[in-house]
Amino acid sequence: MNIPVKVETKNLSVSFGEVKAIKNISLMIPANKVTAIIGPSGCGKSTFIKSLNRMNELVKKAKTTGEVLLDGNNIYGEDYDVVNLRREVGMIFQKPNPFPKSIYDNVAFGPRIHGTHKKELLEKIVEENLKKAVLWDEVSDRLNASAMDLSGGQQQRLCISRALAVEPKVILMDEPCSALDPLATAKIESLIRVLSADYTVIIVTHNMQQAFRVADFVAFLYLGELIEYGKTKSMFENPKNELTEKYITGEFG
Amino acid sequence: MNKKILKQRIYFQIFRVVTASVIIFILLMIGIFITNGASAINWTFLTDKPREGMTQGGIFPAIMGTLYLTLLTIAFAFPIGVASAIYLVEYAGESRLVQVINSAITNLAGVPSIIHGLFGFGLFVTYLQFGTSILSGALTLFLLVLPIVISAAREALLTVPKSFREGSLALGATKWQTVRENVLPYGLPGILTGAILALARAAGETAPILLTATFFFSAGAPAVPTSLLDGTMALSTHIYYMATQHPNPALVRSLTYGTALVLLLLVLSLNLVAIVIRTRHRRRRNW
Amino acid sequence: MRGKEKKRSAIWKETLIEKALLASALVSVVVVVLIFAFLISQGGSAFGRISIIDFLLGTKWEPTSVIAPSFGTLPLLYGTMLVTSIAMVVSVPLGLMAAIYIAEVAYPLEKEILKPVIELLSAVPSVIYGLFALVVLATWIQQLTGTSYRLNALNGGVILAIMVLPTVVSLAEDAITAVPREYKEAAIALGASNWETIRSVLLPSASSGILAAVFLGFGRAVGETMAVLMATGNVAAIGSILEPTRTMTSTIAIETLEVDFGGLHYNTLFALAIELFVITFAFNYLADIIGKRLRRMGR
Repeated sequence: MNIPVKVETKNLSVSFGEVKAIKNISLMIPANKVTAIIGPSGCGKSTFIKSLNRMNELVKKAKTTGEVLLDGNNIYGEDYDVVNLRREVGMIFQKPNPFPKSIYDNVAFGPRIHGTHKKELLEKIVEENLKKAVLWDEVSDRLNASAMDLSGGQQQRLCISRALAVEPKVILMDEPCSALDPLATAKIESLIRVLSADYTVIIVTHNMQQAFRVADFVAFLYLGELIEYGKTKSMFENPKNELTEKYITGEFG
Repeated sequence: MNKKILKQRIYFQIFRVVTASVIIFILLMIGIFITNGASAINWTFLTDKPREGMTQGGIFPAIMGTLYLTLLTIAFAFPIGVASAIYLVEYAGESRLVQVINSAITNLAGVPSIIHGLFGFGLFVTYLQFGTSILSGALTLFLLVLPIVISAAREALLTVPKSFREGSLALGATKWQTVRENVLPYGLPGILTGAILALARAAGETAPILLTATFFFSAGAPAVPTSLLDGTMALSTHIYYMATQHPNPALVRSLTYGTALVLLLLVLSLNLVAIVIRTRHRRRRNW
Repeated sequence: MRGKEKKRSAIWKETLIEKALLASALVSVVVVVLIFAFLISQGGSAFGRISIIDFLLGTKWEPTSVIAPSFGTLPLLYGTMLVTSIAMVVSVPLGLMAAIYIAEVAYPLEKEILKPVIELLSAVPSVIYGLFALVVLATWIQQLTGTSYRLNALNGGVILAIMVLPTVVSLAEDAITAVPREYKEAAIALGASNWETIRSVLLPSASSGILAAVFLGFGRAVGETMAVLMATGNVAAIGSILEPTRTMTSTIAIETLEVDFGGLHYNTLFALAIELFVITFAFNYLADIIGKRLRRMGR
């Protein structure tokens, strides 16, 4: 394609012991666009997205073969800096997981870990990223309050600003709205559209309407394999694969 | 129908009486110590050294001895125990080596205290020639309390949710940064509880230090130890000596009770502090 | 270039920390191996000079006799098992009743008080139990039974029972509360009374856990030193429960300080320690296996 590719997987396979979760997926994910990964439960969406920042290595007995290229470099290469990888590829989890620290300390956590300690700088970073996640107006007067006191939707936006604070290039989102109510979901969906101007967003969702609303490109996974991939509009209006059509029309799921 | 309920009522009352009796018995025991020992406790008792062949004076050297022994023991056991727990919970996989480590800890926990004492006597006192000393005693007690510290620390770390670690790693933190910033702080109360319980256990133990660190009363040796290689008196062994080795135990009965009361108060209050820390932490935590 | 160097030293630091933590964990292994090796080497060398049969089954323990020193440990084994048996006979029924009460009958308020109290009771140092047995309990028992020996096996057994009770109670109570609620609810829905439910459903289901608790109690009792040392009279002879006796643990406690390093007596004490450890290890191991079987069966 003529859009620059940010992340590319080549023959990516992931297995946990005997079970093959991902089979041979080759996919090119464009820069500064929103790509949605959809498919029924158990199709491997979560495993796929976790292999993009090597978080699947936290699971015992996980084995990964194939390549994942970030800006052309294989992140599974021998000398690749995993720790830095996770800075460049941020992750938002299904269940919001703010640290039981203050709102300020949550956002400042990343920069502090990576060596920023100057107070003025940190304050600037915190404000900037809370604004990017559209949370600043709601919390600016209580930055020292515990993050656990926020609502679910606010916590998720906090997690987003926390991830943004380490200046990633790619943002992975693993069903970020599944634990949230419709109002909170809508706020995050519009946030995703705004973020894609500056970041490459890859979102896993089991909600097809959400994929339709939010994504530029859609990849459909089934039983660990990539079935079809393309621009959102054409995937939904003109699916080339029969399986895709069946899933989209709700014949199974 | 009525017969069933009647039978049940009788049984349950019996159980209630049994439970109450057990508790009352032990409280009675403690009460006897309080009434017989309280009279002996006064400022002199706590700050003076024994006089007149132990028939008068106080137990200050024994208090200091117990203090030195337990603090030195924890100085060894805390860092090594907590570090072991961190390794086992945060770093270790499921390899053979880890199974060996776990089984070693379980076995160590099952060694009777007198065998710790015998080992300490053989290795530290005799073979390594540390002699009857605080060092030998603390090393021996260290072996005894190490499993306690490791278990408590391990439990504390396991209660910290996995999502904290995942969130931290996903931001590009290293493993150690994650442990230091996002796991340890939240496991600290539990770890502390374990350390205090280990401290209390070390203070109450008698058999291990009987063989490695203590003496009854030595006219030549300094009563309060001045170096690690000095022998010492200790509260727990003092009780034993006064009750069984003293030329006239009946005469010094109230001193013996007094010493027992001091030890009891020390150990029970340490345990109480540990329980309080644990309960407050459980109630306070917002995750 | 600086970035790469920084990265390399950061990785180095992480590896160093991990190695240090591993080293700490290995201390336990080193220590256990050391203890075993020391016990076996010091104890084993006794069997070059006396026969194992004489050691295990001989009925005379007179290691300090000048004319005819004898190292028969049977009286000591007898003492340990006698005192422990008395302790278990007393503590298991009482402990079980208390456990049932706390788990199933007590009001929530009672439960909240009872559990920490029992935990505190298990923290009382053994020398204090020993003092109590020596001075008070012995008198009570003597008055009750009219025996001429103040310090005897019964005295040791009773005080040991009191010491072991908190362990038995809390472990048995854990086992009972671990039984899935569905079993209990099913019985009650069929019209069983509380007691019938306990007797016919809860207790059988919890039996593995309760058995494990008993074995652990046994192990603790066998390994106990100070209380029995002060309570039993320390005579190495095989007698009735109202006569003094001596346990393996007390023997080690009393005689270690009187031996010459490397002498036969010294080595036999280590051999005695091996015998003691084998027994406690067996009980703990059995308790562990039963506990694992419990977990595997999903209870």
